[in-house]
Amino acid sequence: MTALPQAELLERMRAGEIGALARIISIVENERPGFEPLLRGLYALPARSNAIGFTGPPGAGKSTLINAVIRCLRQRGKTVGIIAVDPSSPITGGAILGDRIRMGEHVKDDGVFARSLGSRGHLGGVSRATRRIVDLLRRSCLDVVIVETVGTGQSEVEIAKIADVKLVVNAPGLGDDIQAIKAGILEIADIMVVNKSDLPAAASTKRHLEMMLMLRAANRDVPVLATSPLRNEGIEALVDTAESLLASRIPLDSASNRADIRNMIAEHVANTARRRLGLDGDPALAAQIDALCDAFAVGELGMNEITARALRLLA
Amino acid sequence: MQEKPIIRILLAKPGLCTHETGVKLLAAGLRDSGMEVIYTGVFQEKDNIARVALQEDVDVVGLSYLNGGHVALTKGVIGALQEVGRGDIPVIVGGIIPKADIEPLHAIGVAGVYGPGTAIPDIAEDIRRIVREASAAPALAP
Ligand SMILES: Nc1nc2c(ncn2[C@@H]2O[C@H](COP(=O)(O)OP(=O)(O)OP(=O)(O)O)[C@@H](O)[C@H]2O)c(=O)[nH]1
Ligand SMILES: [Mg+2]
Repeated sequence: MTALPQAELLERMRAGEIGALARIISIVENERPGFEPLLRGLYALPARSNAIGFTGPPGAGKSTLINAVIRCLRQRGKTVGIIAVDPSSPITGGAILGDRIRMGEHVKDDGVFARSLGSRGHLGGVSRATRRIVDLLRRSCLDVVIVETVGTGQSEVEIAKIADVKLVVNAPGLGDDIQAIKAGILEIADIMVVNKSDLPAAASTKRHLEMMLMLRAANRDVPVLATSPLRNEGIEALVDTAESLLASRIPLDSASNRADIRNMIAEHVANTARRRLGLDGDPALAAQIDALCDAFAVGELGMNEITARALRLLA
Repeated sequence: MQEKPIIRILLAKPGLCTHETGVKLLAAGLRDSGMEVIYTGVFQEKDNIARVALQEDVDVVGLSYLNGGHVALTKGVIGALQEVGRGDIPVIVGGIIPKADIEPLHAIGVAGVYGPGTAIPDIAEDIRRIVREASAAPALAP
């Protein structure tokens, strides 16, 4: 494909051209030449939809559940975009992206667009580009955007920044002890899902999660829903709950547009700071950072002062 | 800011063969060579392969066969890719390929053919070359 002018690409994406959407994702993911005007053009558009995040341990059945949720959303006349992130090898950078295996029944459906991403060395299960790509899908021609990420430590918190409604998917036997309920996961969940509810241990997993939520998230009302994509049970109720949460959430207006841009910038600032504070070139800056480190180590400067000075150095 | 772009490859098994071991080994090997491998399972129809290639914007499509029909099936996939406007994506073929099929595969536009016993690192190297050459070639109008 030839390179197309950004504006035309965006227009074709908004009109529903799959090839244009796919190409824009690649440009944004790889920060290819021209990605900046593309992002600018993108964020000039209001979002058309919000994102539902599915996170949880490997094998909890996230992809299978998403497949069933897509079926339900399609029956309700909604078009759906899916971003499925799988971990990249920290050593080779390679990844096997296999979430599509479970979603094959929708491949012929023009109302469903799916894209697989590698986490590409980013901490947790979410790639640096994930937020931008989700924002992109929310501005394309799709009614609902779904993001799948493996729940590994960091990523629960990251998904919280990306998705408007967060589902934490659990499965019987995968995490019945307290250790397995990672810190942070109860705090970010808008809906707790006990998937594979056809399995005998599901009822006790559900009780266990309800108790944990009562103890830890007392002032929040987090529904615990049982689902079995295998038996097609609990899917309608899950979609109802997610849709009503979405409706009560972020309105799609210019204020939320600004919030999207602010989040995107915050992430970029954090990444840039991390890179420049790390082992990146500029010996003069490195020496000044070293001095800050030493000042902190001997207790000369506190954390807030160090941060303020580091930010000034980077400015 | 990606120093070296990560190659994205769609691995698919057209036709009716259910043996996944070979293609899964290839997937793991290519991942270990630093590629992102999109795998969609067995029994893939040509149109589905093309639709996935389009959505995933892959750099190359790899087809794996164990029991015959290579030339006709591959021709079908190449046609389906053209139909969705992505005839520019190179197609490679691996598996148990009879010698007699290699020439016809090249003739219908297959960029690489890898018979049994081709080491995965060699396949990976060749894929890199193919992707490099494809992106350097004058692109077709979309
Ligand atoms: N019994 C039962 N098994 C299920 C159900 N849903 C999914 N599974 C099985 O759980 C396994 C994992 O399913 P996936 O959907 O791939 O799980 P995942 O959470 O997406 O996995 P990763 O993407 O690898 O983290 C598969 O073998 C599914 O067949 C269910 O409702 N009941
Ligand atoms: Mg999955």
